[in-house]
Amino acid sequence: MPNLLNAAFGISFIRDMEYNFPRVSLDALPPGRSGRVVSIRGGRGLCLRLGRLGLRQGAMVRAVTHGAWRGPLLVEVNGAQVALGRGIARRIVLQLLP
Amino acid sequence: MSLQRIALVGQPNSGKSTVFNFLAGYRAVASNFPGTTVDVLKGKALVAGRTVEIVDLPGTYSLISDDRAEQVTRDFLLSGGVDAVINIVDASLLSRSLELTLELIELGLPLVVCLNMMDEAEHKGIEIDVDRLSARLGVPVVASVAARGVGLKRLLALLPAARAARQIHYSADVEEALAELVRLIQPEELQSRYAAIRLLSGDPIAGVDPEAGKAIQNRLAAARGEDSALVLSAERHALAMTLFENVAQVGHARIGWRECLDGLLMHRFLAYPILALILFLLFFGVYKVGGFLEGIFLPPLMDATDALSGVIPDIAGDILTGAFQGLWAGVGIVLPYLVPFLFFLALLEDVGYLPRVGYLMDTIMHRVGLHGKSVIPFLLGYGCSVPAVLATRILEDERDRLVTSALAVMVPCAGRAIVVFGLVGRYVGPAAAMGLYLINIVVVAIVGWLLKRILPGTGPGLIMEIPPYRQPTIRTLLGKIWLRLREFIVVAWPLLVITSALFALIEALGWTDQLNLGVRFLTWPLGLPAQTGVPLVFGVLRKELSLIMLSQAFGTAQLSAALSQAQMVIFSVFVLFYVPCVATIAALWRELGLRRAAYVLGGTTAIALTTGVLVRGILSWII
Repeated sequence: MPNLLNAAFGISFIRDMEYNFPRVSLDALPPGRSGRVVSIRGGRGLCLRLGRLGLRQGAMVRAVTHGAWRGPLLVEVNGAQVALGRGIARRIVLQLLP
Repeated sequence: MSLQRIALVGQPNSGKSTVFNFLAGYRAVASNFPGTTVDVLKGKALVAGRTVEIVDLPGTYSLISDDRAEQVTRDFLLSGGVDAVINIVDASLLSRSLELTLELIELGLPLVVCLNMMDEAEHKGIEIDVDRLSARLGVPVVASVAARGVGLKRLLALLPAARAARQIHYSADVEEALAELVRLIQPEELQSRYAAIRLLSGDPIAGVDPEAGKAIQNRLAAARGEDSALVLSAERHALAMTLFENVAQVGHARIGWRECLDGLLMHRFLAYPILALILFLLFFGVYKVGGFLEGIFLPPLMDATDALSGVIPDIAGDILTGAFQGLWAGVGIVLPYLVPFLFFLALLEDVGYLPRVGYLMDTIMHRVGLHGKSVIPFLLGYGCSVPAVLATRILEDERDRLVTSALAVMVPCAGRAIVVFGLVGRYVGPAAAMGLYLINIVVVAIVGWLLKRILPGTGPGLIMEIPPYRQPTIRTLLGKIWLRLREFIVVAWPLLVITSALFALIEALGWTDQLNLGVRFLTWPLGLPAQTGVPLVFGVLRKELSLIMLSQAFGTAQLSAALSQAQMVIFSVFVLFYVPCVATIAALWRELGLRRAAYVLGGTTAIALTTGVLVRGILSWII
């Protein structure tokens, strides 16, 4: 049954029903706000590289600041600060936390 | 068991090099930038009354990796020559760091965990039960603050107690897949479990057919709904988290001056004027200190050369004078600028500002098809092109490495700066010298933009840890300066002396005209006198030789009598861009391969010629 629903509405439909929190990509997370990583749209290499720095499914991420002129993002994850290019941040989907 | 060789393994910025410096003395580069320590450093230490070899391996987040610096670490550990491993762990990032510890446990080597930066952890409100961690892992654990030398004596004392930890266990389905893989690849030794783990992580092993375990990998991936490598990584993460929650309590973090400082230095807009100011102070400081030191060392050495030249007649005397000129060029011209530059750069690196420069410059670097990490090779390039080329290893993408090294060798190194300031700065004026630096930046940017067109395909973008600010220790600063300086003293200086003597010989034999004629195809379009040919040829050996040879080629120290101001500018422009020195060529060859290194050499010469001719045209139009 869930598979059928997924096919019909997409995964996000079910997740949103479960948590009732809006989902954003990391590059749209306002500075100071936090989110929980729902998924990372990328291949094995990218997921492993991000995972080593603590950016993996279920991790809490806080946006510290956005670089000027479409510069990179500075985020905090597990007490460490990580700089991420916009293109990469766009591939990380978060569930926005209040 | 007798210990003979001990390896230091830790994540970048865990204070690994500081521990190494304490254990093995001054011969190491401690780095506050992920992946700067790319070469394996060795030293000796006294453990339980016996001398053992301590090896500092490049900082690594994981042993399963496509990163070249991290492969160095893994291959060294697997080579079989390591008796024990000291795992340096940043206690303030314990949960993440434990993932590497678990990977080390899988290797099966005797292990001691050094829980470093305990003061940082305390600052962040993390309280760690060291004994409990030791009991859970089954290996000795030492708490330390390496920067202040706390706990390191105890680390030495506990080294003989290093032992292989008990193996870790994954979920049932993963264990099942591992067991099947072990059966499949015919276990030869104890390492077979580790081999199975690597296969499951999609990491190829020499001698094992990569297709062998595909079916098992795919089955696990299908059952879990993600790649088997990610399944293992997630399992390890979960284990590390459980361990962390078991041994540590997290209270409230304190907000200190560092957090406030970062608010300013990483500010969206204010950060850029501050960055410009810091870089300006860096170069201004280097030239002030350098000029001061040069004023002290150079005059007596020149007097000594003049006195010497009259003593011995004939060719032997000429050669000796030439060799001596090479010697004082090292003391009087290169060292006064190189030492302060290395000092200021090491300071910025150890404080933790360098990765922040990478962050701030990322958006600008995107315009030339690179990302922020490439700034580090460029900055290093202002000191010397060799470490700049080696530092491109911190980049994950092969195309990024090629483009960055091609551009970094055009950044004026200290040797080229000597030509610019010794020629244009001295005879035309400091403003003109700064103008040449600006021209350089513009040309490098244009070439980068062109390369972006020729070699499309952008790298994966910036992923870089930004470590907290740290107070540098004088010990690691000195160690770092010494290691980089040693390269100059051991390799470059003898070359300087030999070529200087060689030139004296060529001159005495009367061969200079032929050499000059040979490179006339370069000097003629630039409108330079034929005598500038030999200095340019010798500049390939060491850039600063171009200037030193220039006064020899014209037979006068007063170059203003031999060259017009415009010619000086054109000569310097050409020196700024053409073929890098032999040491750099060797580094390029090693990092890029022969063919690509040859492209870089040909390309830079073409760029040097084009820019030189352009500047000549513009100057003749103005004057």
